[in-house]
Amino acid sequence: MRNTFANEILRLAKERKDIVLLSGDIGNRMFDKFKEFDSNRFLNCGIAEANMMSIASGMALTGLRPIIYTITPFTTSRCFEQIKIGAAYHNANIVIVGTGSGLSYSELGPTHHSLEDIGILSTLPGIRILAPCDSLELSSQLEECISLEGPTYIRIGKKGEPNLNSLKTKSRIGRSNILKDGEDILLLGIGPILNEALKASEKLKKMHNINLCVVSMGGVEPLDEEFLLKMISKNYSCWVTLEEHGIHGGLGARINNWLSKKKFLKDFNVINIHTPNEFIHNLGNQSFVRESLGLDSNGILSQIISHV
Amino acid sequence: MIEFFSEKKQTELVALSSILRKRIIETSSRCKIPHLGSCLSCIDLLIYLYWVELSIDPKNSTCENRDRFLLSKGHGAPALFQVLAEKEFFPKEDLENFGKPNSVFHEHPPKPGLINGIEAATGSLGHGFPMALGMAISAKIQKKTFNSYALLSDGECNEGSIWEAALLGGKLKLNNLFAIIDYNKWQATGRSKEIMALEPLAAKWESFGWHSQEINGHDFREIHESLFKAHQEIEKPSVIIAHTVKGKGVSFMEDDNNWHYRTPNEDELNLALKEISQR
Repeated sequence: MRNTFANEILRLAKERKDIVLLSGDIGNRMFDKFKEFDSNRFLNCGIAEANMMSIASGMALTGLRPIIYTITPFTTSRCFEQIKIGAAYHNANIVIVGTGSGLSYSELGPTHHSLEDIGILSTLPGIRILAPCDSLELSSQLEECISLEGPTYIRIGKKGEPNLNSLKTKSRIGRSNILKDGEDILLLGIGPILNEALKASEKLKKMHNINLCVVSMGGVEPLDEEFLLKMISKNYSCWVTLEEHGIHGGLGARINNWLSKKKFLKDFNVINIHTPNEFIHNLGNQSFVRESLGLDSNGILSQIISHV
Repeated sequence: MIEFFSEKKQTELVALSSILRKRIIETSSRCKIPHLGSCLSCIDLLIYLYWVELSIDPKNSTCENRDRFLLSKGHGAPALFQVLAEKEFFPKEDLENFGKPNSVFHEHPPKPGLINGIEAATGSLGHGFPMALGMAISAKIQKKTFNSYALLSDGECNEGSIWEAALLGGKLKLNNLFAIIDYNKWQATGRSKEIMALEPLAAKWESFGWHSQEINGHDFREIHESLFKAHQEIEKPSVIIAHTVKGKGVSFMEDDNNWHYRTPNEDELNLALKEISQR
Protein backbone atom coordinates (compact mmCIF):
# COMPACT_ATOMS: atom_id res chain seq x y z
CA MET A 1 0.00 0.00 0.00
CA ARG A 2 2.89 2.35 0.75
CA ASN A 3 4.22 2.05 -2.78
CA THR A 4 0.78 2.54 -4.25
CA PHE A 5 0.50 5.70 -2.19
CA ALA A 6 3.87 6.97 -3.46
CA ASN A 7 3.03 6.22 -7.10
CA GLU A 8 -0.48 7.58 -6.92
CA ILE A 9 0.54 10.81 -5.22
CA LEU A 10 3.16 11.39 -7.89
CA ARG A 11 0.57 10.84 -10.62
CA LEU A 12 -1.87 13.25 -8.94
CA ALA A 13 0.85 15.86 -8.34
CA LYS A 14 1.56 15.84 -12.07
CA GLU A 15 -2.10 16.69 -12.68
CA ARG A 16 -2.55 19.26 -9.92
CA LYS A 17 -0.07 22.00 -9.10
CA ASP A 18 -1.58 22.60 -5.67
CA ILE A 19 -0.59 19.22 -4.21
CA VAL A 20 2.22 19.34 -1.64
CA LEU A 21 3.60 16.29 0.12
CA LEU A 22 4.74 16.60 3.74
CA SER A 23 6.59 13.79 5.44
CA GLY A 24 7.53 13.38 9.08
CA ASP A 25 11.02 12.12 8.29
CA ILE A 26 9.93 8.74 7.00
CA GLY A 27 9.63 7.10 3.61
CA ASN A 28 13.33 6.85 2.96
CA ARG A 29 13.74 6.71 -0.87
CA MET A 30 10.02 6.12 -1.27
CA PHE A 31 9.45 9.65 -2.51
CA ASP A 32 12.61 9.95 -4.62
CA LYS A 33 10.57 10.09 -7.82
CA PHE A 34 8.31 12.74 -6.34
CA LYS A 35 11.31 14.82 -5.31
CA GLU A 36 12.85 14.33 -8.74
CA PHE A 37 9.62 15.53 -10.33
CA ASP A 38 9.26 18.63 -8.12
CA SER A 39 11.43 18.96 -5.04
CA ASN A 40 9.70 22.26 -4.34
CA ARG A 41 6.48 20.44 -3.46
CA PHE A 42 8.01 17.88 -1.10
CA LEU A 43 8.90 18.90 2.42
CA ASN A 44 10.45 16.76 5.10
CA CYS A 45 9.09 18.44 8.22
CA GLY A 46 11.35 16.46 10.51
CA ILE A 47 10.21 14.47 13.49
CA ALA A 48 7.81 17.20 14.57
CA GLU A 49 4.31 16.07 13.73
CA ALA A 50 2.36 18.72 15.63
CA ASN A 51 4.20 21.40 13.69
CA MET A 52 3.73 19.49 10.44
CA MET A 53 -0.03 19.37 10.94
CA SER A 54 -0.25 23.12 11.61
CA ILE A 55 1.98 23.83 8.61
CA ALA A 56 -0.48 21.86 6.51
CA SER A 57 -3.33 24.01 7.85
CA GLY A 58 -1.45 27.19 6.96
CA MET A 59 -0.79 25.82 3.49
CA ALA A 60 -4.40 24.79 2.99
CA LEU A 61 -5.61 28.22 4.11
CA THR A 62 -3.41 29.77 1.43
CA GLY A 63 -4.56 27.64 -1.49
CA LEU A 64 -2.48 24.45 -1.40
CA ARG A 65 -3.59 20.83 -0.98
CA PRO A 66 -1.15 19.32 1.51
CA ILE A 67 -0.89 15.58 2.05
CA ILE A 68 0.69 14.50 5.29
CA TYR A 69 2.44 11.18 5.55
CA THR A 70 3.93 9.43 8.53
CA ILE A 71 3.34 6.41 10.78
CA THR A 72 -0.23 6.33 12.10
CA PRO A 73 0.26 7.04 15.84
CA PHE A 74 2.31 10.12 14.98
CA THR A 75 -0.04 11.51 12.38
CA THR A 76 -3.13 11.01 14.57
CA SER A 77 -2.93 10.79 18.36
CA ARG A 78 0.41 12.64 18.54
CA CYS A 79 -1.10 15.74 16.97
CA PHE A 80 -4.77 15.29 17.73
CA GLU A 81 -5.35 18.89 18.78
CA GLN A 82 -3.68 20.19 15.62
CA ILE A 83 -6.08 17.98 13.63
CA LYS A 84 -9.02 19.19 15.69
CA ILE A 85 -8.28 22.89 15.25
CA GLY A 86 -6.12 23.24 12.16
CA ALA A 87 -7.79 20.61 9.98
CA ALA A 88 -11.33 19.93 11.24
CA TYR A 89 -12.37 23.32 12.68
CA HIS A 90 -10.89 25.20 9.72
CA ASN A 91 -12.37 22.64 7.31
CA ALA A 92 -8.95 22.67 5.67
CA ASN A 93 -8.23 20.71 2.50
CA ILE A 94 -5.71 18.36 4.05
CA VAL A 95 -5.23 14.64 3.45
CA ILE A 96 -3.73 12.94 6.48
CA VAL A 97 -2.23 9.55 5.68
CA GLY A 98 -1.30 7.14 8.42
CA THR A 99 0.93 4.29 7.31
CA GLY A 100 1.53 1.04 9.17
CA SER A 101 -1.90 1.19 10.76
CA GLY A 102 -3.41 -1.28 13.19
CA LEU A 103 -0.85 -3.98 13.90
CA SER A 104 1.17 -3.48 10.69
CA TYR A 105 4.20 -2.61 12.79
CA SER A 106 3.36 -5.15 15.44
CA GLU A 107 6.99 -5.97 16.27
CA LEU A 108 7.62 -2.33 17.14
CA GLY A 109 5.35 -2.58 20.14
CA PRO A 110 2.47 -0.54 21.56
CA THR A 111 4.21 2.76 20.72
CA HIS A 112 3.73 1.93 17.04
CA HIS A 113 0.38 0.13 17.22
CA SER A 114 -2.63 2.20 16.24
CA LEU A 115 -5.79 0.63 17.59
CA GLU A 116 -7.54 3.85 18.62
CA ASP A 117 -6.91 6.25 15.70
CA ILE A 118 -10.34 5.84 14.13
CA GLY A 119 -11.97 6.19 17.53
CA ILE A 120 -10.30 9.45 18.45
CA LEU A 121 -10.73 11.03 15.02
CA SER A 122 -14.39 9.94 14.96
CA THR A 123 -15.03 12.36 17.80
CA LEU A 124 -14.26 15.30 15.49
CA PRO A 125 -16.88 16.85 13.24
CA GLY A 126 -16.22 17.17 9.52
CA ILE A 127 -13.37 14.77 8.87
CA ARG A 128 -13.63 11.85 6.48
CA ILE A 129 -12.19 8.65 7.95
CA LEU A 130 -11.15 6.10 5.35
CA ALA A 131 -9.59 2.68 5.75
CA PRO A 132 -9.05 1.06 2.34
CA CYS A 133 -8.69 -2.71 2.28
CA ASP A 134 -6.28 -2.76 -0.64
CA SER A 135 -4.28 -0.65 -3.07
CA LEU A 136 -7.18 -0.39 -5.49
CA GLU A 137 -9.42 1.24 -2.91
CA LEU A 138 -6.54 3.43 -1.74
CA SER A 139 -5.86 4.74 -5.26
CA SER A 140 -9.44 5.66 -5.95
CA GLN A 141 -9.95 7.20 -2.52
CA LEU A 142 -6.82 9.34 -2.90
CA GLU A 143 -7.85 10.54 -6.32
CA GLU A 144 -11.32 11.42 -5.11
CA CYS A 145 -10.47 13.10 -1.81
CA ILE A 146 -7.84 15.36 -3.33
CA SER A 147 -10.65 17.27 -5.03
CA LEU A 148 -13.07 17.34 -2.09
CA GLU A 149 -13.50 20.18 0.40
CA GLY A 150 -12.39 19.56 3.97
CA PRO A 151 -10.01 17.14 5.66
CA THR A 152 -9.63 13.41 5.04
CA TYR A 153 -7.83 10.79 7.08
CA ILE A 154 -6.68 7.66 5.27
CA ARG A 155 -5.48 4.72 7.31
CA ILE A 156 -3.27 2.37 5.31
CA GLY A 157 -1.18 -0.75 5.92
CA LYS A 158 2.46 -1.13 4.96
CA LYS A 159 3.55 -3.21 2.00
CA GLY A 160 2.70 -6.44 0.25
CA GLU A 161 -1.03 -6.45 0.99
CA PRO A 162 -2.89 -8.38 -1.75
CA ASN A 163 -5.62 -6.78 -3.83
CA LEU A 164 -8.97 -7.98 -2.50
CA ASN A 165 -11.20 -6.09 -4.91
CA SER A 166 -11.44 -7.14 -8.51
CA LEU A 167 -9.73 -4.75 -10.92
CA LYS A 168 -13.12 -3.92 -12.39
CA THR A 169 -14.52 -2.56 -9.12
CA LYS A 170 -15.15 1.18 -9.27
CA SER A 171 -14.62 2.25 -5.70
CA ARG A 172 -16.03 5.52 -4.30
CA ILE A 173 -15.66 7.28 -0.95
CA GLY A 174 -18.59 6.36 1.28
CA ARG A 175 -19.53 3.38 -0.88
CA SER A 176 -19.05 -0.22 0.19
CA ASN A 177 -17.43 -2.82 -2.01
CA ILE A 178 -18.57 -6.43 -1.94
CA LEU A 179 -15.42 -8.52 -2.03
CA LYS A 180 -17.29 -11.83 -2.03
CA ASP A 181 -21.03 -12.35 -2.16
CA GLY A 182 -22.90 -14.79 0.11
CA GLU A 183 -26.41 -15.21 1.45
CA ASP A 184 -26.08 -16.60 4.99
CA ILE A 185 -23.96 -14.24 7.06
CA LEU A 186 -22.84 -10.68 6.37
CA LEU A 187 -19.33 -9.53 7.31
CA LEU A 188 -18.61 -5.80 7.18
CA GLY A 189 -14.98 -4.84 7.58
CA ILE A 190 -12.33 -2.22 6.99
CA GLY A 191 -8.67 -2.42 6.08
CA PRO A 192 -6.30 -5.13 4.82
CA ILE A 193 -7.45 -7.53 7.56
CA LEU A 194 -10.36 -8.31 5.24
CA ASN A 195 -7.97 -10.75 3.58
CA GLU A 196 -8.38 -12.91 6.71
CA ALA A 197 -12.15 -12.67 6.33
CA LEU A 198 -11.93 -13.90 2.75
CA LYS A 199 -9.86 -16.88 3.89
CA ALA A 200 -12.35 -17.52 6.70
CA SER A 201 -15.22 -17.45 4.21
CA GLU A 202 -13.63 -20.25 2.17
CA LYS A 203 -13.28 -22.37 5.29
CA LEU A 204 -16.84 -21.61 6.38
CA LYS A 205 -18.15 -22.79 3.03
CA LYS A 206 -16.01 -25.90 2.98
CA MET A 207 -16.44 -26.98 6.60
CA HIS A 208 -19.95 -25.75 7.43
CA ASN A 209 -21.56 -24.95 4.10
CA ILE A 210 -22.15 -21.37 5.25
CA ASN A 211 -21.94 -18.62 2.65
CA LEU A 212 -20.33 -15.48 4.01
CA CYS A 213 -20.78 -12.16 2.25
CA VAL A 214 -17.56 -10.16 2.74
CA VAL A 215 -17.78 -6.39 2.36
CA SER A 216 -15.19 -3.66 2.55
CA MET A 217 -16.83 -0.54 3.98
CA GLY A 218 -13.85 1.54 2.80
CA GLY A 219 -13.96 3.58 5.99
CA VAL A 220 -16.30 4.70 8.75
CA GLU A 221 -17.04 8.30 7.81
CA PRO A 222 -19.09 8.74 5.71
CA LEU A 223 -20.89 5.49 6.42
CA ASP A 224 -22.65 3.86 3.47
CA GLU A 225 -26.13 3.82 5.01
CA GLU A 226 -27.83 3.14 1.72
CA PHE A 227 -25.88 -0.09 1.42
CA LEU A 228 -26.60 -1.04 5.04
CA LEU A 229 -30.34 -0.60 4.46
CA LYS A 230 -30.08 -2.81 1.40
CA MET A 231 -28.34 -5.46 3.52
CA ILE A 232 -31.13 -5.26 6.12
CA SER A 233 -33.60 -6.23 3.42
CA LYS A 234 -31.54 -9.32 2.63
CA ASN A 235 -32.36 -10.84 6.02
CA TYR A 236 -28.94 -12.19 6.98
CA SER A 237 -29.08 -14.31 10.13
CA CYS A 238 -25.98 -12.66 11.51
CA TRP A 239 -23.91 -9.51 10.96
CA VAL A 240 -20.19 -9.56 11.72
CA THR A 241 -17.94 -6.50 11.93
CA LEU A 242 -14.19 -6.85 11.51
CA GLU A 243 -11.41 -4.34 12.06
CA GLU A 244 -7.80 -4.22 13.21
CA HIS A 245 -8.77 -1.56 15.75
CA GLY A 246 -10.35 -1.49 19.19
CA ILE A 247 -14.09 -1.52 19.75
CA HIS A 248 -14.29 2.07 21.02
CA GLY A 249 -15.21 4.38 18.19
CA GLY A 250 -14.32 1.90 15.47
CA LEU A 251 -16.40 0.29 12.74
CA GLY A 252 -18.09 -2.16 15.13
CA ALA A 253 -19.26 0.61 17.43
CA ARG A 254 -20.39 2.64 14.46
CA ILE A 255 -22.43 -0.23 13.01
CA ASN A 256 -23.90 -1.15 16.42
CA ASN A 257 -24.92 2.46 16.91
CA TRP A 258 -26.52 2.60 13.47
CA LEU A 259 -28.41 -0.64 14.03
CA SER A 260 -29.57 0.58 17.42
CA LYS A 261 -30.74 3.95 16.08
CA LYS A 262 -32.64 2.25 13.27
CA LYS A 263 -34.05 -0.28 15.76
CA PHE A 264 -32.66 -3.27 13.85
CA LEU A 265 -30.50 -4.51 16.70
CA LYS A 266 -32.87 -7.24 17.86
CA ASP A 267 -33.51 -8.68 14.42
CA PHE A 268 -30.33 -10.74 14.13
CA ASN A 269 -27.06 -11.66 15.85
CA VAL A 270 -24.25 -9.11 15.73
CA ILE A 271 -20.64 -10.13 16.33
CA ASN A 272 -17.96 -7.46 16.69
CA ILE A 273 -14.47 -8.73 15.95
CA HIS A 274 -11.77 -6.26 16.98
CA THR A 275 -8.57 -5.93 18.96
CA PRO A 276 -8.86 -6.09 22.76
CA ASN A 277 -8.83 -2.89 24.79
CA GLU A 278 -5.37 -3.56 26.19
CA PHE A 279 -1.74 -2.95 25.26
CA ILE A 280 -0.16 -5.87 23.48
CA HIS A 281 3.11 -7.06 24.98
CA ASN A 282 3.56 -10.49 23.46
CA LEU A 283 4.95 -9.36 20.16
CA GLY A 284 5.73 -11.01 16.89
CA ASN A 285 4.96 -10.30 13.28
CA GLN A 286 1.51 -9.16 12.21
CA SER A 287 0.32 -12.72 11.40
CA PHE A 288 1.47 -13.96 14.79
CA VAL A 289 -0.25 -11.17 16.70
CA ARG A 290 -3.43 -11.49 14.66
CA GLU A 291 -3.45 -15.21 15.39
CA SER A 292 -2.84 -14.75 19.09
CA LEU A 293 -5.69 -12.22 19.29
CA GLY A 294 -8.08 -14.43 17.31
CA LEU A 295 -8.06 -12.04 14.38
CA ASP A 296 -6.65 -14.43 11.77
CA SER A 297 -8.91 -16.50 9.50
CA ASN A 298 -9.22 -19.33 12.05
CA GLY A 299 -10.02 -16.93 14.85
CA ILE A 300 -12.64 -15.19 12.75
CA LEU A 301 -14.06 -18.59 11.75
CA SER A 302 -14.36 -19.82 15.32
CA GLN A 303 -15.92 -16.55 16.57
CA ILE A 304 -18.56 -16.79 13.86
CA ILE A 305 -19.23 -20.49 14.43
CA SER A 306 -19.60 -20.05 18.19
CA HIS A 307 -22.41 -17.56 17.57
CA VAL A 308 -24.44 -19.38 14.92
CA MET B 1 6.86 49.20 4.42
CA ILE B 2 7.99 52.78 4.57
CA GLU B 3 11.57 53.69 5.24
CA PHE B 4 10.85 57.09 6.66
CA PHE B 5 8.77 57.23 9.80
CA SER B 6 7.53 60.76 10.29
CA GLU B 7 6.76 62.61 13.51
CA LYS B 8 3.28 63.05 12.15
CA LYS B 9 2.82 59.30 11.78
CA GLN B 10 4.18 58.74 15.24
CA THR B 11 1.75 61.28 16.72
CA GLU B 12 -1.12 59.71 14.81
CA LEU B 13 -0.34 56.23 16.13
CA VAL B 14 0.12 57.43 19.70
CA ALA B 15 -3.29 59.11 19.58
CA LEU B 16 -4.80 55.98 18.12
CA SER B 17 -3.28 53.85 20.85
CA SER B 18 -5.06 55.95 23.48
CA ILE B 19 -8.39 55.63 21.69
CA LEU B 20 -8.10 51.86 21.25
CA ARG B 21 -6.82 51.31 24.78
CA LYS B 22 -9.95 53.03 26.09
CA ARG B 23 -12.20 50.90 23.89
CA ILE B 24 -10.46 47.71 24.99
CA ILE B 25 -10.86 48.62 28.66
CA GLU B 26 -14.48 49.71 28.20
CA THR B 27 -15.31 46.46 26.44
CA SER B 28 -13.56 44.39 29.10
CA SER B 29 -15.51 46.16 31.82
CA ARG B 30 -18.88 46.07 30.04
CA CYS B 31 -18.66 42.48 28.72
CA LYS B 32 -16.52 40.99 31.51
CA ILE B 33 -13.86 39.94 28.97
CA PRO B 34 -10.56 38.93 30.65
CA HIS B 35 -6.95 39.07 29.38
CA LEU B 36 -7.01 42.84 29.64
CA GLY B 37 -3.34 43.03 30.64
CA SER B 38 -2.37 40.94 27.60
CA CYS B 39 -4.41 43.16 25.27
CA LEU B 40 -2.82 46.33 26.60
CA SER B 41 0.68 44.91 26.20
CA CYS B 42 0.22 44.10 22.49
CA ILE B 43 -2.04 46.90 21.26
CA ASP B 44 0.83 49.15 20.13
CA LEU B 45 2.35 46.28 18.13
CA LEU B 46 -1.03 45.60 16.51
CA ILE B 47 -1.53 49.27 15.68
CA TYR B 48 1.86 49.53 14.00
CA LEU B 49 1.29 46.33 12.04
CA TYR B 50 -2.15 47.31 10.74
CA TRP B 51 -1.48 51.01 10.12
CA VAL B 52 2.00 50.75 8.64
CA GLU B 53 3.36 47.29 8.03
CA LEU B 54 0.74 44.91 6.70
CA SER B 55 -0.40 44.97 3.12
CA ILE B 56 -4.05 43.99 3.60
CA ASP B 57 -6.92 45.90 2.05
CA PRO B 58 -9.88 45.79 4.47
CA LYS B 59 -12.23 46.14 1.51
CA ASN B 60 -10.58 43.23 -0.32
CA SER B 61 -9.45 41.16 2.61
CA THR B 62 -9.42 37.83 0.79
CA CYS B 63 -7.03 39.03 -1.93
CA GLU B 64 -4.68 36.10 -2.58
CA ASN B 65 -1.50 38.08 -2.24
CA ARG B 66 -2.38 39.90 0.99
CA ASP B 67 0.02 39.65 3.88
CA ARG B 68 -1.09 37.11 6.47
CA PHE B 69 -1.27 38.07 10.13
CA LEU B 70 -1.97 35.46 12.80
CA LEU B 71 -2.62 36.42 16.38
CA SER B 72 -0.91 33.34 17.75
CA LYS B 73 -1.60 34.65 21.27
CA GLY B 74 -5.31 34.35 20.55
CA HIS B 75 -6.31 35.73 23.95
CA GLY B 76 -5.33 39.14 22.59
CA ALA B 77 -8.46 39.00 20.40
CA PRO B 78 -10.28 41.86 22.20
CA ALA B 79 -7.38 44.12 21.10
CA LEU B 80 -7.34 42.74 17.56
CA PHE B 81 -11.10 43.17 17.15
CA GLN B 82 -10.80 46.86 18.05
CA VAL B 83 -7.99 47.26 15.53
CA LEU B 84 -9.96 45.54 12.77
CA ALA B 85 -13.05 47.64 13.53
CA GLU B 86 -11.06 50.88 13.44
CA LYS B 87 -9.51 49.78 10.12
CA GLU B 88 -13.08 49.16 8.87
CA PHE B 89 -12.74 45.43 8.23
CA PHE B 90 -16.26 45.43 9.61
CA PRO B 91 -18.57 48.17 10.97
CA LYS B 92 -17.70 49.36 14.45
CA GLU B 93 -21.31 48.74 15.46
CA ASP B 94 -20.67 45.00 15.09
CA LEU B 95 -18.65 45.19 18.29
CA GLU B 96 -21.77 46.18 20.19
CA ASN B 97 -22.50 42.46 20.22
CA PHE B 98 -19.14 41.69 21.83
CA GLY B 99 -19.53 39.06 24.53
CA LYS B 100 -23.28 38.77 24.01
CA PRO B 101 -25.01 35.43 23.50
CA ASN B 102 -24.99 34.31 19.85
CA SER B 103 -22.20 36.73 18.91
CA VAL B 104 -19.05 35.72 16.97
CA PHE B 105 -17.13 38.29 19.02
CA HIS B 106 -16.00 36.55 22.17
CA GLU B 107 -12.65 35.83 23.78
CA HIS B 108 -10.71 34.33 20.84
CA PRO B 109 -10.56 34.72 17.06
CA PRO B 110 -12.84 32.18 15.37
CA LYS B 111 -12.13 30.36 12.11
CA PRO B 112 -11.95 32.45 8.93
CA GLY B 113 -15.19 33.52 7.32
CA LEU B 114 -16.97 34.61 10.48
CA ILE B 115 -15.15 37.91 11.11
CA ASN B 116 -13.62 39.80 8.21
CA GLY B 117 -9.85 40.04 8.62
CA ILE B 118 -9.40 36.98 10.85
CA GLU B 119 -7.09 34.49 9.14
CA ALA B 120 -7.22 31.59 11.58
CA ALA B 121 -8.73 30.43 14.83
CA THR B 122 -6.23 30.80 17.63
CA GLY B 123 -6.46 30.65 21.37
CA SER B 124 -4.96 27.25 21.94
CA LEU B 125 -1.38 28.43 22.29
CA GLY B 126 1.30 27.13 19.96
CA HIS B 127 -0.93 26.73 16.90
CA GLY B 128 -0.90 30.12 15.19
CA PHE B 129 2.85 30.43 14.71
CA PRO B 130 3.26 27.01 13.03
CA MET B 131 0.30 27.89 10.80
CA ALA B 132 2.00 31.17 9.89
CA LEU B 133 5.08 29.10 9.05
CA GLY B 134 2.92 26.96 6.73
CA MET B 135 1.65 30.13 5.06
CA ALA B 136 5.19 31.43 4.54
CA ILE B 137 6.26 28.12 2.97
CA SER B 138 3.09 28.17 0.87
CA ALA B 139 4.00 31.64 -0.48
CA LYS B 140 7.43 30.38 -1.52
CA ILE B 141 6.01 27.25 -3.19
CA GLN B 142 3.45 29.29 -5.11
CA LYS B 143 5.97 32.03 -5.88
CA LYS B 144 3.79 34.63 -4.21
CA THR B 145 5.23 37.72 -2.60
CA PHE B 146 3.13 38.00 0.55
CA ASN B 147 4.72 37.96 3.98
CA SER B 148 3.54 35.96 6.96
CA TYR B 149 3.44 37.42 10.49
CA ALA B 150 2.66 35.90 13.85
CA LEU B 151 2.29 37.68 17.19
CA LEU B 152 3.26 35.36 20.04
CA SER B 153 3.21 35.74 23.79
CA ASP B 154 6.16 34.96 26.02
CA GLY B 155 4.07 32.36 27.88
CA GLU B 156 3.26 30.78 24.54
CA CYS B 157 6.96 30.04 24.12
CA ASN B 158 6.43 27.26 26.71
CA GLU B 159 4.75 25.26 23.95
CA GLY B 160 6.95 22.72 22.18
CA SER B 161 5.28 23.38 18.84
CA ILE B 162 6.71 26.93 18.86
CA TRP B 163 10.19 25.49 18.89
CA GLU B 164 9.36 22.83 16.30
CA ALA B 165 8.26 25.64 14.01
CA ALA B 166 11.31 27.75 14.89
CA LEU B 167 13.60 24.82 13.98
CA LEU B 168 12.03 24.34 10.57
CA GLY B 169 11.63 28.06 9.85
CA GLY B 170 15.34 28.56 10.53
CA LYS B 171 16.29 25.61 8.36
CA LEU B 172 14.22 26.88 5.44
CA LYS B 173 15.67 30.42 5.75
CA LEU B 174 12.22 31.90 5.27
CA ASN B 175 12.78 35.62 4.79
CA ASN B 176 9.02 36.14 4.43
CA LEU B 177 8.28 34.98 7.98
CA PHE B 178 8.15 37.39 10.93
CA ALA B 179 7.57 36.37 14.52
CA ILE B 180 6.90 39.12 17.03
CA ILE B 181 6.93 38.20 20.70
CA ASP B 182 4.88 40.32 23.08
CA TYR B 183 7.30 39.84 25.96
CA ASN B 184 5.21 41.25 28.82
CA LYS B 185 7.09 39.13 31.39
CA TRP B 186 4.03 37.37 32.75
CA GLN B 187 2.06 34.24 32.00
CA ALA B 188 -1.17 33.12 33.64
CA THR B 189 0.20 32.31 37.07
CA GLY B 190 3.62 33.87 37.32
CA ARG B 191 6.74 35.43 35.82
CA SER B 192 7.42 33.81 32.46
CA LYS B 193 11.19 33.64 32.97
CA GLU B 194 10.66 31.88 36.32
CA ILE B 195 8.09 29.30 35.24
CA MET B 196 10.29 28.00 32.42
CA ALA B 197 13.89 28.65 31.42
CA LEU B 198 12.77 31.27 28.90
CA GLU B 199 15.95 33.33 29.07
CA PRO B 200 18.13 33.91 27.20
CA LEU B 201 15.27 34.22 24.72
CA ALA B 202 17.01 36.07 21.90
CA ALA B 203 19.94 33.66 21.98
CA LYS B 204 17.56 30.73 21.71
CA TRP B 205 16.02 32.07 18.52
CA GLU B 206 19.40 32.99 17.09
CA SER B 207 20.70 29.50 17.74
CA PHE B 208 17.69 28.20 15.80
CA GLY B 209 18.76 30.20 12.76
CA TRP B 210 16.68 33.32 13.26
CA HIS B 211 17.60 36.98 12.97
CA SER B 212 16.63 38.44 16.31
CA GLN B 213 16.14 41.94 17.67
CA GLU B 214 15.02 43.25 21.04
CA ILE B 215 12.96 46.42 21.19
CA ASN B 216 10.58 48.42 23.34
CA GLY B 217 7.23 47.16 22.10
CA HIS B 218 5.46 50.37 23.02
CA ASP B 219 7.74 52.65 21.01
CA PHE B 220 6.46 53.01 17.46
CA ARG B 221 9.80 54.21 16.15
CA GLU B 222 11.57 51.17 17.55
CA ILE B 223 8.91 48.86 16.13
CA HIS B 224 9.32 50.60 12.79
CA GLU B 225 13.09 50.31 12.76
CA SER B 226 13.08 46.68 13.81
CA LEU B 227 10.70 45.67 11.03
CA PHE B 228 12.73 47.71 8.57
CA LYS B 229 15.87 45.81 9.63
CA ALA B 230 13.99 42.51 9.58
CA HIS B 231 13.13 43.10 5.91
CA GLN B 232 16.79 43.73 5.15
CA GLU B 233 17.62 40.21 6.37
CA ILE B 234 17.19 38.02 3.33
CA GLU B 235 18.86 34.84 4.57
CA LYS B 236 16.83 34.21 7.72
CA PRO B 237 13.39 34.50 9.22
CA SER B 238 13.09 37.28 11.77
CA VAL B 239 11.99 37.40 15.35
CA ILE B 240 11.36 40.67 17.13
CA ILE B 241 11.32 40.32 20.88
CA ALA B 242 9.18 43.25 21.93
CA HIS B 243 9.66 44.11 25.58
CA THR B 244 6.28 45.24 26.79
CA VAL B 245 4.43 45.95 30.01
CA LYS B 246 1.39 43.92 30.87
CA GLY B 247 -1.51 46.33 31.43
CA LYS B 248 0.43 49.17 29.75
CA GLY B 249 -1.23 52.58 29.89
CA VAL B 250 -3.05 52.33 33.21
CA SER B 251 -0.81 52.80 36.27
CA PHE B 252 -2.74 50.45 38.55
CA MET B 253 -2.80 47.70 35.94
CA GLU B 254 0.80 47.94 34.77
CA ASP B 255 2.86 44.87 35.60
CA ASP B 256 0.08 43.56 37.86
CA ASN B 257 -0.79 40.05 36.72
CA ASN B 258 -4.18 40.13 38.42
CA TRP B 259 -5.38 41.82 35.25
CA HIS B 260 -4.84 38.60 33.33
CA TYR B 261 -8.23 37.47 34.64
CA ARG B 262 -9.80 40.48 36.35
CA THR B 263 -12.12 42.91 34.61
CA PRO B 264 -12.52 46.52 35.76
CA ASN B 265 -15.51 47.58 37.84
CA GLU B 266 -17.12 50.95 37.18
CA ASP B 267 -14.80 52.95 39.42
CA GLU B 268 -11.73 51.28 37.99
CA LEU B 269 -13.02 51.86 34.49
CA ASN B 270 -13.53 55.58 35.08
CA LEU B 271 -10.16 55.91 36.72
CA ALA B 272 -8.45 54.10 33.83
CA LEU B 273 -10.20 56.14 31.14
CA LYS B 274 -9.37 59.39 32.93
CA GLU B 275 -5.72 58.43 33.24
CA ILE B 276 -5.40 57.54 29.57
CA SER B 277 -7.09 60.82 28.55
CA GLN B 278 -4.63 62.83 30.62
CA ARG B 279 -1.53 61.22 29.10
